[in-house]
Amino acid sequence: MSDLVFQFPNVNAFLAMNGHGVYVWSAYGISALVLLSVALAPVRRRRKLLAAMASRLKHETGNGTP
Amino acid sequence: MKKARKQRLLLVIFIVVVASLGVGLVLYALRDNINLFYSPLQVQSGEAPFDTRIRVGGEVVTGSFSRASDSLIATFAVTDGAAQVPVQYQGILPDLFAEGEDAVAVGRWSREGVFEAEEVMAKHDEEYTPPEVAEAREQAEKVKAGADQSKRPDN
Amino acid sequence: MWQFLKTWYHRLASPKWFYHTSGRWLPYLAAVTILLLVSGAIWGLGFAPEDARQGNSYRIIYIHVPVSVLALVGYYLMAVAGAIALIWKIKLADMVMVSAAPLGAVLTFLALLTGSIWGKPTWGTYWEWDARITSMLVLLFLYLGVLALSRAFTSRDTAYKACAILSLVGTVNIPIIYKSVDWWYTLHQPATIKLTGGSTIHPAMFKPLLVMIIGFYCFYALVLILNTRAEILRREQRSAWVRELI
Repeated sequence: MSDLVFQFPNVNAFLAMNGHGVYVWSAYGISALVLLSVALAPVRRRRKLLAAMASRLKHETGNGTP
Repeated sequence: MKKARKQRLLLVIFIVVVASLGVGLVLYALRDNINLFYSPLQVQSGEAPFDTRIRVGGEVVTGSFSRASDSLIATFAVTDGAAQVPVQYQGILPDLFAEGEDAVAVGRWSREGVFEAEEVMAKHDEEYTPPEVAEAREQAEKVKAGADQSKRPDN
Repeated sequence: MWQFLKTWYHRLASPKWFYHTSGRWLPYLAAVTILLLVSGAIWGLGFAPEDARQGNSYRIIYIHVPVSVLALVGYYLMAVAGAIALIWKIKLADMVMVSAAPLGAVLTFLALLTGSIWGKPTWGTYWEWDARITSMLVLLFLYLGVLALSRAFTSRDTAYKACAILSLVGTVNIPIIYKSVDWWYTLHQPATIKLTGGSTIHPAMFKPLLVMIIGFYCFYALVLILNTRAEILRREQRSAWVRELI
């Protein structure tokens, strides 16, 4: 692990990646966005389902008691 | 296992086997069309059609590349070890295009025996090495080649 | 022994048991996934050495290879779940199969997209209809087909059968994708990490790749479990144990 060194002299060089920056960063950026949204979609879906079920349950019990 | 389950298991195996056989046969029938490019040997032996848009791929012959002084026209040859195809191309070459490396050219095989390319792509190999390691390896190969050559007169 | 296996079989097949157990493990899995993917990405982007031929563009490998691996492995998982659903009529297997389809489609899409972005600076083109790229596109359509079938039927009983059969038929494509670069002339290079024999990548570049591959396996497991839990809730909303959750 001790031989791990940062390969770029500065941040600008890191971003430019010797002219390949556009390709590398767009690939990483788009992938990060897509992966994040695919991971959050079921979380949101589950939350919505639970909320819908809770409100329906409330509705049903509300009707049940006169 | 219950009888019904066994039947369904057989059905699953049947589906996979039949699909594999079907697709396998189709791929076998189409095997030549699935290749992205013709090899230089195929082109020289007349397998590739004249004057239609085809692709030819192979290693760029070392020492074959030259660019005209007054235009962007570049010429080089690709080989598969068995035959060579001369290629003429006008335009910008990809960064990874180099002699000794693989390339794929898109264009027409003319009756004059020259492949007139309208697009050239570079193939890269599956090796990934840091620059220093690649350099060291090259040096080692040179030394080895030198040693071989110096040995030869003695034998 | 047999009795032990039998209880496991029934437990594993129970959506309720799956929901509760996976819920307990999710936070740890999520933490490991984030740790691996973030550290692997930083390692690959900034600390792995550049490639002698390709320069820095090869860094896309740290996304491209793991998503491609999981797109292929995930397809087998989906097909096996489909086969289990067909043979043993286990509801949970059906739910897993349906949950694997959108995830696989997204991973395949990312494999194609990152490959295309990588192709421009190396090959000189974004797209070429070679055997590897085309068979990968077929994989995307197979995933989308299973996804569409799962929503096309009102009857769950018809839907899962249709999905399972398409999944099983599509397994033919996986070895084709894998071997396409050896069987035909393609623009895509042959495999770097080989199942048998040595890999052709320097250890300093391979280590972060390994971190990313393990990270993406965790990511796959995480999202598959999340998807399956949501699917369980949707289908079991009338059952007593789900009502107790609220």
